[in-house]
Amino acid sequence: MSNLLIKNGRVIDPSQGIDRVTNLLIAEGRIAALDASEDSTGNGHAESSTDVIDAEGKIVSPGLIDMQVHLREPGGEEDETIETGTAAALAGGFTSIVCSPDTDPPVDTPAAVEFIQHRAAKADHCNVFVLACVSKGRLGEELAEIGQLVEAGAVGFSDDDAPIYSPELMRRAFEYCLMFDKPILNHPETRELTRAGVMHEGLVSLRLALGGMPAAAEDVMTSRDISLAEATGGRVHLMHLSSSGSVEAIRRAKSRGVRVTAAVCPHHLTLTDEQLNTFDSNYKINPPLRGRNHCDALLAGLADGTIDVIASDHSPRAVEKKMQELDLAPFGVVGLETTLGVVSTALVAPGHLDWPTALAKLTINPARILGLDRGTLAVGAPADVTVIDPHARWKVDPKQFRSKSRNTPFSGWEMRGRADTVIVGGRVKWTAGNG
Amino acid sequence: MSTEAIEIDVAAESWTRRHLLALEDLSAEELTLILDTAARFKEATGGCRNKISALEDKTVANLFFEASTRTRTSFGLAARRLGAATVEFSSSGSSLSKGETFIDTAKNIEAMGVDVVVVRHRTPGTPQLLAQNLDCSVINAGDGPHEHPTQGLLDIFSIRERRGSLQGLTVALVGDIAHSRTARSNIWGLKALGAHVIVCGPSTLVSRRWEELGVEVSYDLDDVLPRCDVLNVLRIQFERQQMRPFPSVREYAHLYAVTQERMAKAKPDMLILAPGPINRGVEMTPEVADGPHSIILHQVTNGLAVRMAVLWLVCGAAQRERS
Repeated sequence: MSNLLIKNGRVIDPSQGIDRVTNLLIAEGRIAALDASEDSTGNGHAESSTDVIDAEGKIVSPGLIDMQVHLREPGGEEDETIETGTAAALAGGFTSIVCSPDTDPPVDTPAAVEFIQHRAAKADHCNVFVLACVSKGRLGEELAEIGQLVEAGAVGFSDDDAPIYSPELMRRAFEYCLMFDKPILNHPETRELTRAGVMHEGLVSLRLALGGMPAAAEDVMTSRDISLAEATGGRVHLMHLSSSGSVEAIRRAKSRGVRVTAAVCPHHLTLTDEQLNTFDSNYKINPPLRGRNHCDALLAGLADGTIDVIASDHSPRAVEKKMQELDLAPFGVVGLETTLGVVSTALVAPGHLDWPTALAKLTINPARILGLDRGTLAVGAPADVTVIDPHARWKVDPKQFRSKSRNTPFSGWEMRGRADTVIVGGRVKWTAGNG
Repeated sequence: MSTEAIEIDVAAESWTRRHLLALEDLSAEELTLILDTAARFKEATGGCRNKISALEDKTVANLFFEASTRTRTSFGLAARRLGAATVEFSSSGSSLSKGETFIDTAKNIEAMGVDVVVVRHRTPGTPQLLAQNLDCSVINAGDGPHEHPTQGLLDIFSIRERRGSLQGLTVALVGDIAHSRTARSNIWGLKALGAHVIVCGPSTLVSRRWEELGVEVSYDLDDVLPRCDVLNVLRIQFERQQMRPFPSVREYAHLYAVTQERMAKAKPDMLILAPGPINRGVEMTPEVADGPHSIILHQVTNGLAVRMAVLWLVCGAAQRERS
């Protein structure tokens, strides 16, 4: 394998507090040196050669990690496959993704974990880390074989959009996972309050007469999860926050040392329930798009560190499923190929976040939560690198997606910033323009 | 029954909508044009009893995915009074029961040479979805609890017929506002035409947030009733409710039934409307429903006039769009 020198880029590595224009050398699939000079790269020696990438005007970041992706395989291949989902991840700048266990059958056995690892290796696009179920069959009744799932490679546990309902099961899961130092990832939603819900409960749902999902439905379970994590010493990660109440509850919990982390999706930061005025099912998402005050609270939580992670919650849905009456159309939007663009365009460019803060939430923070040896440019780490062109202008055209599905809420958005070169394990896997 | 060609002397060319999906986005001018057209049709058809040649080359399809007697019959009759051919399609079950999507079903009906699809469906937004996917005109005949534009129009037409204008009138909608498409269509139409609108009913069915949309909210019928020029009494939509939003029918009737006793405080010329089948004794007692204030049966006739007007206007706009 030849060496790779990425020169003159703005190297931002939040894991080491680095932000300066310099060169990065990759050798043997690992980060070899920072500040490497061009002559120190071994060029001229017979046994090795060095490819050079000129990153002037670009950002050199640890490879991006998306810690919430639905790959749908097995069982939902009409929406996405491991092959298409990981190709979409690369095109979006991600070198690693973490896939949800809500497949059919669900990921509740070591064999299911290994199946995904096998298919991901065969696709050979980006790294895939696997979340496994907390409960057998995602039924919320008894614990899955967590110890064996950890041995098979599961990096965390979640019943995904089937919230862990029983407080007793949740408590036992926290206690049991302490042995393995793995987090429980929960989707906080009190279902009795959201039954028949299609969108956020507020003024827009009142006008449109669509079933409402009040913010309190999220707040109630967020608070319960925090209490149980606090009582057990367990680690809870709250996925895709959407309500100001959740942000406030987590802020307070963190201040008293509860082991809680949280993620937010690009759409919850940038879009509101007003989008549903069109009745377009591409805005039907769970948790739902809420009011501007919730967006503002999420942005504030992101800026002050209450929210650790930006994740896409990439939820591909085949066109024929979304082209239905709103109550029948499934929830969810794709996000792998738009997340970086939204972060750059709507969070960094207007000054809500600076690049180092934004990139921490896409690299080292998810890596630390899940214990991954990724998200860093430390010497010796696997050479996953994303070169970002923060000025590249492009327009979201769902027809161009590598994902098998088209259900984006950002269609037609004029973006500024995209992945330029994506390097996984020292190999260039994707470059802008020629895919 | 005689058929004759007539001139409808309204400024129909100012109507530009190929569809009628909701009253929320209609201007006062557009609403007035529909009402004027309906008045003209009512007159020209001898009170909606005779046929005229206005849409003789057109076909209107009734696409009803939710049970309906009154509205379906009314649209069918209105179309035939104008000389149009009609097609009936109804399916009370899921549109997917044969694996066919709702849009495919509609596209198939359209392919049979249909000019207007009149659609009723349990889900809000379905007419909008159809309008995006079909080339023909779409008229919303009720999309779940969202809107029922022609019901709103016929209620407003009936009030205007009696009072000449909506401007400055106080109109209360009483009952299950949360689940009522009639309430929403009435609210938008009445407000656009200058009426003061009050929504009144139990707080679980009448959101305080209506105030943010310029509507007065009250939970006390006895306070509201003496101030009203019009009382529109809505049916409790038991079938749409997730959890019964009040303790008992008896308690509901105690607080909100329009009874003779309550009517003693009403203005002498107050009008009572009711948009659909009512639960007699729950929302209203029989003496009130059949009493002198009630114009319930006039509403039914006016429904024909309004639907003739709407069919004629959307067909005209579609024709102008094509040429």
